Amino acid sequence: MSLLSNTAVLLGKELRTEFRSRELLTTTFIFILTIIVLFSFTFDPTSDESRRFAPGLFWLAFLFASSLMLQSCFLREQPNDTLSALRLSVSDPFSIFLAKLAANALFLLLTELLLLPFFTVMYNVPVLPVLHWLALVFFLASLGISIAGTALSAISAQARMRELLLPLLMLPLLTPILVASAEATKALLDRAPYVPWAGMGFLTVFDVVFLTAIWLFGEYLLEE
Amino acid sequence: MTPPAFAPIGLRFEDIDKRYGGIYALRRVSLTIGPGECVVFAGRNGSGKTTFLRIAAQLVRPSAGKLSFSCASPNEETPAIRAGFVAHATMVYDELTAEENLLLFSRLQGTPKPENRVAALLEEVGLSERRASLVRTFSRGMRQRVAIARALLHEPAVILMDEPATGLDPQGVSWLAETLRRLRDSGRTILMSLHGESEIASLGTRAIRLDGGSVVADTRTGATFRSILTFADV
Repeated sequence: MSLLSNTAVLLGKELRTEFRSRELLTTTFIFILTIIVLFSFTFDPTSDESRRFAPGLFWLAFLFASSLMLQSCFLREQPNDTLSALRLSVSDPFSIFLAKLAANALFLLLTELLLLPFFTVMYNVPVLPVLHWLALVFFLASLGISIAGTALSAISAQARMRELLLPLLMLPLLTPILVASAEATKALLDRAPYVPWAGMGFLTVFDVVFLTAIWLFGEYLLEE
Repeated sequence: MTPPAFAPIGLRFEDIDKRYGGIYALRRVSLTIGPGECVVFAGRNGSGKTTFLRIAAQLVRPSAGKLSFSCASPNEETPAIRAGFVAHATMVYDELTAEENLLLFSRLQGTPKPENRVAALLEEVGLSERRASLVRTFSRGMRQRVAIARALLHEPAVILMDEPATGLDPQGVSWLAETLRRLRDSGRTILMSLHGESEIASLGTRAIRLDGGSVVADTRTGATFRSILTFADV
């Protein structure tokens, strides 16, 4: 019970500080919007071309943007040593991870949903008929990126070359998520759309495995 | 005299080593701190005071050796220890207000009636009027007051303070000395690192000097106590 209540309190803190500064959301939104707009004008794709390559482009942009977003996840606890204060206060250190990954997943999901209309217009792909399935793919992929990214952010925050280390660790590890979510999105945006059960199954398994790993070993990642 | 609402806690450090790479921050430190003692740690920069306090707070795991806690009464079971810790850094969020910071940590610690406790502590540290101001707008001394309030939120039985007077003005130092005197007299175990003699140092019932990660002096008596703080014997 204290795990859930601590997580809820910490999630409230993460959301409050972000919505007060809007630092991460603004940066991520502008970064991805720039990529979407730039590629749309550069390639000027037809509707069929868009259906083939736009999902990959969309998720690649999110992967890079998430490395920007996740970089500061634990780094911003360092100047005032607030991570130590959290470790001294919570009954289960897993709640620190749980709150951070939930906040990151929410921020990613929010950015995806905000950018979806721009994506639809710029690439001329109708998403309304499959919006609910698309939302599920977004949810599973955002969760996977956040779970693995938050753990790697905790590791890299303690390293000397932290700015370099996070993308180096994160990009190869998240490539399977990128492939699965791009394939799933492509299936949903097809002229004859179908539900990508294999892709969604893979994303679910990825999320469960990494969440379990953090639950088991996360405490060690927070140690000095 | 009313008995304390907590069991006074003692700390036992057995052959504690802490290495960072090949460098020893602490080397074979063995100390027993009795329940209710107020211990002042002195030593030059890099002597191991901060590492020692962080090990006592269970934030840092020693490379070797063991830390254990004990109750004043040997029949009582030692509860899980959650020390109140004031570090070099303030350990509070600049983007939250003083009140939001204290409410956050009191809720995490499961303090009963957190709003009442936070209001009382803000009053005690003299920040009631600035409760709704973001901490980043505070002076260093005001941040230190928030840091001290955060450490005392859950009325800890063990209090660890790493140079707690940092940034405080003379009135702030007097306030802190009075607060620590009250806490010491209520039976709390206090470990603090300080530089030189001060109003706060005079509260100590024991002085220990660290040098190169080892204990080089340990006393409870007046003249030696002063010399440990002032390095007069070095």
